[in-house]
Amino acid sequence: MNALLDIRDLHIALPEGSQRPYAVEAADLQLAPNEILCVVGESGSGKSLTARALMGLLPKPHVRVAKGAIDFLGEDLTAVSDARLRQIRGSEISMIFQEPMTALNPVMTIGRQIDEVFRFHAKMPGRERRDRALALLADVHLPNPAQIVRAYPHELSGGQRQRAMIAMALALDPKILIADEPTTALDVTTQAQILKLIKEMQAAHNTGVLFITHDFGVVADIADRVAVMQNGLVVETGPAAEVLNAPQHAYTKSLMAAVPSLTPRPARPRSEERVLEVKGLTKTYRGGGGFFGLGAPARIVKAAADVTLDLRRGETLGIVGESGSGKSTVARCIVRLNDADSGEILLDGVDLRPLARAAMRPHRAKIQMVFQDPYASLNPRTRVGRIIAQGPMIQGMDAAEAEAKARELLGIVGLDERAYDRFPHEFSGGQRQRIGVARALALEPEVLVADEPVSALDVSIQDQILKLLDEIRERMNLSMVFITHDLRVAAQVCDRLAVMRYGKVVEEGPTAAVFADPQDDYTKALLDAVPGKSWLPGATVAAQ
Amino acid sequence: MDHFTRRIRYVLKRLLQAVPIVLAIIVMNFFLLQLAEGDAVDVLAGEAGSATPEYMAELRAKFGLDQPLPVQLVLYLKNIASFDLGYSFRHEMPVLDLVLDRFFATVLLMVSTILLAVGFGVLLGLLAATGLNTWRDTAISIFALITYATPLFWVGLMLIVVFSLTLGWFPTSGMENIAAFHEGWDRVVDIAHHLVLPTITLSLFYLALYTRLMRASMLEQAGQDYVTTARAKGLTERRIMFVHVLRNALLPVVTMAGVQVGALIGGSVIVESVFAWPGLGMLAFEALFARDLNLLLGIFLLSALLVVAVNLVVDIIYSTLDPRIEVS
Repeated sequence: MNALLDIRDLHIALPEGSQRPYAVEAADLQLAPNEILCVVGESGSGKSLTARALMGLLPKPHVRVAKGAIDFLGEDLTAVSDARLRQIRGSEISMIFQEPMTALNPVMTIGRQIDEVFRFHAKMPGRERRDRALALLADVHLPNPAQIVRAYPHELSGGQRQRAMIAMALALDPKILIADEPTTALDVTTQAQILKLIKEMQAAHNTGVLFITHDFGVVADIADRVAVMQNGLVVETGPAAEVLNAPQHAYTKSLMAAVPSLTPRPARPRSEERVLEVKGLTKTYRGGGGFFGLGAPARIVKAAADVTLDLRRGETLGIVGESGSGKSTVARCIVRLNDADSGEILLDGVDLRPLARAAMRPHRAKIQMVFQDPYASLNPRTRVGRIIAQGPMIQGMDAAEAEAKARELLGIVGLDERAYDRFPHEFSGGQRQRIGVARALALEPEVLVADEPVSALDVSIQDQILKLLDEIRERMNLSMVFITHDLRVAAQVCDRLAVMRYGKVVEEGPTAAVFADPQDDYTKALLDAVPGKSWLPGATVAAQ
Repeated sequence: MDHFTRRIRYVLKRLLQAVPIVLAIIVMNFFLLQLAEGDAVDVLAGEAGSATPEYMAELRAKFGLDQPLPVQLVLYLKNIASFDLGYSFRHEMPVLDLVLDRFFATVLLMVSTILLAVGFGVLLGLLAATGLNTWRDTAISIFALITYATPLFWVGLMLIVVFSLTLGWFPTSGMENIAAFHEGWDRVVDIAHHLVLPTITLSLFYLALYTRLMRASMLEQAGQDYVTTARAKGLTERRIMFVHVLRNALLPVVTMAGVQVGALIGGSVIVESVFAWPGLGMLAFEALFARDLNLLLGIFLLSALLVVAVNLVVDIIYSTLDPRIEVS
């Protein structure tokens, strides 16, 4: 193979005292021109560090290349001078990142940030640089390039920022583009567009793309070849079709098995008993305006407009939608973390919306929430046992009884009882989410509202947490409102789905029916944008 | 929309917002002084040695002090609207003349202090952050720690002892050499010469503060994602530091400086008394003990206006540094 890039026996050393001596060990990877190589792995697999090593962007001096070579068209990138490395960066190898907001300098216009690439790598007059920047922005399908050039990053949407990043990375027609989870922070429909754009640009420029991702759906959509990494080792490489449909390594197989299938699970009989009814819930956020029209233009965001939901006993109702659709607002209004403007929230026939603080307290126990970010939602200074026992104690339970209950719950969510006296930071993300679930369950709620409970977790952990939630729902006869942006997760967890957009429920129905025969155009677009929709992970693995 | 017209709108908006603030300050000042025991007539009568109650009542009627409070307030507001701050009985001069006379000295001291503190603070912080964990960083950090911990008045006295008395480089007190009758540039140089020690004294503490803030801010910004992007573009470390990181790192320093202008006026009372600098601080000190309420009110008002004005300027500077500010 005529390789553009040949990584041989790459070892990246971690500082002494780390969990393992090498972040990446004996990695061998090749990248040919006009090829997309996907490096897949969970967090901590070393995939991002491998990409950074190519660019000489390791956080030196603590993390460094200890052994091996990175051969880029005959040059060893681990041995070249800093000056040469700077020359290569941005002109021959360039990179795009995960978070398009933080990856662009907030106080510099897009035009100047693109201009820098030209100024540092090519001698050309200012006029030509400006024309090239405009052409680039048009190439990545940004509307009105002349305006974008003068805009600051915060004035663009996430997808537009990522397009601008891609324009910047492709400014000098690099031979290699490294994309480090470029679509992870984006909505599915935007993700689909950006993936399409990367493919299009790659084909037009014959670029070799090293694409880092954790998402097998994305891999199925974009990869020519795949390399799977686990704990710093490349465990499997091969053409995409082979790896995806006939994985050899046990780890690859287990990873794929953990990817939720897009085929909804069989429907269960629906109970007649209504637990929670939301009728005409409306919540509007206002900002700006004032000062005789001199302030920022008034922004009125209808986060929830006339939302009506119906949750039966033992049922899981999924609310799906993209960022800004109002799904989290609805969840927070139901739990009374936010106050809705109007509508009814009937829990066992009692309307929670108008209740004052004290009147709400006895009802709080009946409806509990599990939050998205397991790192931010537990108080770092409070011991795990206390976090769980606090709720029942506030509701009047005796301290000893609450402690016994907390210990029991730790067992139920699959944690060791010794966790009781530890602090949250001693646990991994998945374990923390288990603590979050135990905390919610301590109050013996009837309704559990889970706001993106697995979106911050790796697939294998995600799988475990989803199983745990399922198990608990069965055991305690819970009803659940499950907020998610991920249709794969929704397909596996929810009995019914409510699809939200711009604060409105555009479609509602049994999961299987919504998947099989979507009525609303937006639902169709969402389903269409799911990465790797033609690839059936469950089927391939099961078939082996 | 055009960034320029948005900036104009922003400035106009901030100006409008300042109006109710100034009004509130005036009203609060007025009531604050009403809380104090005794009035100007008590003081005048006390100094005269003997005064009949009839004479005091006559005096009160003359100054309008016998009117009910709301009437006095309206009268006061009306006077202020016509730039009449009242009459200082102690100095036997209109308050406005007195205050304006001292205003220049205070503004001069304040501006030079802010420029010195922010300018050198930013520079030292930058030097410390770029040479992280080298002798340069250590030396700057130790300097900042010592100056941060030393009391203002003591620094002032020590500077006088060393540079004025022992070395004789700078004058000990005052704002200019009045006996020399300097004019034009000579006078400017003379005032600048007198300005050196008070400015250094007043700015040292803030200098230390901004040095530490700038160093921390630079280090925080250097770890941000956009720095990695800049590096991935192939920029030199120098350009990354000075073009990308510096502007972002300045933001907290500018915010802090804006907040501390008020404290600076308070701090200047000490420095003005140590160096006999004829500013508002000194005047306020005298007015307080003489119970010259009109004068005190005038000083309060002027310093409050000064703080509002400086904050306005800081906000405008901030909005040019950070384009995100216009939106929120």
